[in-house]
Formats: sequence, C-alpha cells, structure tokens
Amino acid sequence: MTITEKPVDTEKEKRKIKSVKKMKEIMTHYYIDAKTADQTGKKVAWITSGGPVEPLIAMDVIPVYPENHGAMIGASKMGADLCENAEAMGYSGDLCTYALADIACSTVNGGPIGGLPRPDMLVCCNNICGTVLKWYEVQARYYNAPLFILDTPFCHTEFSEEARQYVRRQLDEYLAFLETNCGRKFDQDHLAEVGRLSMEGQRLWQAVLDTAINKPAPMSAFDAFFHLALIVTLRGTKTAIDYYTELLDEMKTRVAGGISAVPNEKYRLLWDNLPVWYRTRWLSDKFASHSACLVADTYTSAWCGSLKYMDETDFLNSMAEGYSRIYLNIGTDKMADMVLGMIDKYDVHGLVMHSNRSCKPYSLGQYDIQRIVQEKRGLPTLIIEADMIDARSFSESQVETRIDAFMEVLKA
Amino acid sequence: MASGIRNPISGMEKGQRVMLTIGIDVGSISAKAVVVKDGELMGSKVILTGYNSRNAGEKVFGGLLAELCISRDAVDRIVATGYGRNSVDFADKAVTEITCHATGAYFQDPAIRTVIDIGGQDSKAIALNSAGRVRDFAMNDKCAAGTGRFLEVMARALEVDLDAFGEKSLQSDSPAVISSLCTVFAESEVISLIAKGESRKNIIAGIHESVGARVVAMASRVGIQEPVMMTGGVARNVGVVRALEKRSGKSILVSKFAQVNGAIGAALIAAVNR
Repeated sequence: MTITEKPVDTEKEKRKIKSVKKMKEIMTHYYIDAKTADQTGKKVAWITSGGPVEPLIAMDVIPVYPENHGAMIGASKMGADLCENAEAMGYSGDLCTYALADIACSTVNGGPIGGLPRPDMLVCCNNICGTVLKWYEVQARYYNAPLFILDTPFCHTEFSEEARQYVRRQLDEYLAFLETNCGRKFDQDHLAEVGRLSMEGQRLWQAVLDTAINKPAPMSAFDAFFHLALIVTLRGTKTAIDYYTELLDEMKTRVAGGISAVPNEKYRLLWDNLPVWYRTRWLSDKFASHSACLVADTYTSAWCGSLKYMDETDFLNSMAEGYSRIYLNIGTDKMADMVLGMIDKYDVHGLVMHSNRSCKPYSLGQYDIQRIVQEKRGLPTLIIEADMIDARSFSESQVETRIDAFMEVLKA
Repeated sequence: MASGIRNPISGMEKGQRVMLTIGIDVGSISAKAVVVKDGELMGSKVILTGYNSRNAGEKVFGGLLAELCISRDAVDRIVATGYGRNSVDFADKAVTEITCHATGAYFQDPAIRTVIDIGGQDSKAIALNSAGRVRDFAMNDKCAAGTGRFLEVMARALEVDLDAFGEKSLQSDSPAVISSLCTVFAESEVISLIAKGESRKNIIAGIHESVGARVVAMASRVGIQEPVMMTGGVARNVGVVRALEKRSGKSILVSKFAQVNGAIGAALIAAVNR
C-alpha cells in the first residue's frame, strides 16, 4: 500500500504572507486579555471604530471594538443568523448589520468567540455614522454601563475654529469621564506618549499600504482587510508598532523578490467601502482569476488618513481635528478628491465600489463619486450591491456577472 | 433569416476560411442558440431553460444543429453567455451577456450607442462607444421587479396571455398606478385594482409604466444616448417599449432579433477571439 501525499503548491506557499500567523496570535491574546479582564482587575471599554482610543490606552483600559467583532462575525458567516435574532427582538432589518449582530450577540453570547466581554464603560464617537448613538445607548442600557458620547461635527470642506473648540472641550469631558470611571487621575504625559505611539503606528500602517504602489503589488486590499485589525484595536501600543514594522519588512522583501499578491498581476483596482466579510475569499479568487489585484482601498486607509491633521507634539489638542476630519465625516467632493488621489497614487485601471446596504454614510454619494471619477479620470467603475456581514443581501450570480462584465470592459 | 447582414467587427479577410460559430445564451427563463457562418446569421433556436441550465444549453445547441443539419465537428467555436453561461461546459469560452448584447446590437446597427436589455430576471442598460465596445453598464440590483419574470407574474394574475400584453396596453385610456417595487406586492396591488373594477388594459398599461420608470431610472445612470436599441425577450412587448419611450423621451429601436441578440453577440465573439 502506498501513501500518496498531496503535493505542496509551492507557488501558493510562496505567496502566503508569513506575518499572518503572528497577527492571529496577537489578536488571540488581545481577546483573551479582554475576556479575562474581570479576573485581572482591568477595565474594558467598548468603543466605536473611529473613536479616540488613545485616552483609554493611557488609562490602561482595554478597548474592545464591536465593529471588529462584527467583521469576525461576518467572516465566520454568522451575520445573517444574528441579524435574524435582532429582528426577532424587534429591531428593523433596515438597520446597520454590525449594530444588529452586536445587539443580538450580547443576549446569546454567540458569534465566533462566544460574545464580547462585558463593558465597564462605552465610548461612542459619531464621526463614522449616526447609528452608533442609538446602538451604544441600547448597549449601555443593556449592560447598565456609563456611556460617553463624543460629537464630531460634519466637516463638509473646512474645519472651523468653533468646531475645534467644541470637540476639544468634549475631550476634556472625556478625560474626566475616564477619571470618574477608573477612579484615578488622568496622566497627560502618558497620553502624550501613547499619542506618539499611535501616530507612529499609523505611519507604519500607511507605509505598509503604500508598498502596493509597486508593480506587481506585494499585497492586496484583501490582505489589508485582515492586517487592519491591529491599527484599529491596538493603536497607541508598542505591539502594533512592532507588528507593522515586521509586516513592512516582509512587504519590502516581497517587493524585492517580485512576490505578488495576485499571480501575473495585469489589472490594478481600487476598492471602496467595507469588505463583504463573508465573501472576501470568493471575491479575491474572482478578481485574481482575471489577473486583477485590488491594490488599495478607501476603507483600510481611513485609519491613517487624518495623520496630516495630527500633531505629535500637541497630541491632545490635535485630536479634535484629527478625529473630526476622517473619511466618513467629510463631504462627497472631499471624498472624491481622496479617491482621485488614490487612483493616481496606486496607478489603478478601475474602481470597484461596494454599495453596502448597511453603511449609509459610506454608500451615500458613491454614484456621485463614480461620476466624478469617470469625468476626471475616464476610468471604468463598477458598483456591487451587497452588505458587509449579512449574506442575505448578496446574490452571487448577479455580482459575478457584474465583475465579469467589468473585467471584459477593462480587457477590451 | 438574416442573410445580407454582414459582421462589421469580425475582422475577417477575403479568402479566409469560413468560420462556423455558435452562441448559446442560457437565461433564467429561456435558452437561446444561434449559428453564425462567415459573419452571417444562419439560424436560431429558443427553448425554455427549465430547472437544469446545463441540460438546457446542451438541448438548445443539439436541437439547432439538428434543424440545420450541421454536424458538431463542423463547429469551430462556441461561446456561452447568460446567467447559466458557466454551466455550458462544452463552450470554448463564457462571456457575460453585457458584452454579448452590446456586440449583437452593434452587429445589427453600428450606430447604436445604448442598449436596453430586459430579460427574465435582469434588466440592463449598456452604453457603447463608436467601436461597439461597452463603455459603461448598469444592471438591476437585488430585486427582479421590472423584468420578464415580473411581467409573467402579472400576466398570470390578470389571466391574460403575455403575448397579448403589449397590444392590450396600447388601448388604455388612463393607465393605472402600480407603485410597489416588489413583484409580490405589485401582484396584490393588481389584484386589488381588479377588485375595484379597473380595466385590464389600464392595469397592463400601468404595469408597463412602472417597468418603464424603473428601467429608465437605471439606464439614466449610464446616460441614454441615441440611437437606443432594445433587446431581450421583453422587447417583443410593444407596451414596455412605448412606456420606455414615453418615460425617457427618446425613440427606441427594437431589435428584430431581440430575444436571440445575446446569443448572436456570443457567436460573433466566438468568431473574433480565436
């Protein structure tokens, strides 16, 4: 009897990003720390993805992101089921599916990691959307935990002095909120240090994303969707800096060795909006089958997009502007400018936009951005209708036909 | 049936060996096949798709060859299109219906700049450039309201033969208002209109206007540049064509080969791409 071993696909092995393993370890430890916080005496704060996390890190509070958890729920294909649970609780199916899944998950301790740890406090910043206000109020009531809301005015084009003062004063209230709930004085010097680490982490993340300027790109947006987790959850820590330093080195090595994310990269595309978490593999394979690589995206770059407004030497004061002028809190014209900038920077052949049923602030204005891109760059654009975690909003044959037709246009 | 129509894009030169290519369009309702020989349409066949799209592709292909007394060996290349394109495993290549409808329309009239294709479960607007290439396209999203299946459901509710829908709606004096976007809800809207004593012709005209409004809104995203050609099975419904014209303010040419236009495009592409 002979034992036949499955041959190792060396080509595929070569393309695998080695840092993935490390990343998984870090995220596992992070969630273990968060879920055992009640035993270690640490406090846990739930915070929105665009919220100012640095003061939490400075106070040694573990930040937990329901949106990152939402992404995990989506990737584990558990979104639709949890959304149905929330609908059964009486929440409208038209709401954001991150909110629905999170609210439902709290009641059943479900999802891929058996639910998030109970929050000692919640921090909600409405720079990403309006839904978070009601979502966090619901959860604050459910857990009977204090909620801090940071209101960032919408910045159509400019950031006024009044807006700066308005947000800056709230930051003082935020620090006071943390002092009350942690039972100790806030250490401003420590915040300055955390701010420095945060900005260094963001610069490194930007540098990682920028390696995709190379042709062929050593990583794709699908890789960025995965490696994003640390700049969201551990921004302001040395862990994030060390990891992204390593990842950047790996990317540089790949560039030097000509190792590309997609074999025989011929077409370079820009992705807009959140990933379709339950279909990232399918979409990645679909585009790769056309020798197309999504080399950049507007989503993962949002966690370093407002660096230009931040000041390392005056971190606390600059947070007001930095956290207000993020991608989802600016006017459509400004968003279009950023999209055009990325089109030029990454030298792409086309734009793929995910019209995300859940995310209104991200999806509103996409048709205008599409028109602006067509007028100013003459590039083909594609809009895919889906939802970030609810597979009920995804029709495979519809999406497949759109992608195939879009690629036929690009190839013609 | 199409003798005299030459293929303006096949790029064939005089003296080149005659190419015999097949286009197979497996749609959600019907499967179509055509034979193109040396840039001329030799024949076509349409059958119902049924539940098995692979079988439908095989059946319409085999049936057409038998009718035209062509042996399989004589076929140079096959291109499959339509929602079942990937299940036609004996095809040399699969190409989307968007590219195929554009190619088919351009073959019939190179001046065409916009194609509106309404099939069984898809409606599409395709913008063409002067070379007959797809410049941009828009498709209906997750909902199939305003497509062939929608009209089928309405015909059943009204107990009117779908083929008579077009003519009946032209007799309307005051089209009813059908506001629901959902096929199932629109059906109950139709049933309540019947209960209120609204005439069939006005209800049908209202259904066509709702299709027209939906498709024109979608097509406007790519810009409805004239001349406009309508393709797909629904193009045979004159009521929908009139409603589209009324809503868009543009005149619409109906392809003589509306239902098999996608298959024609596929066969032409098969002749070009070797």
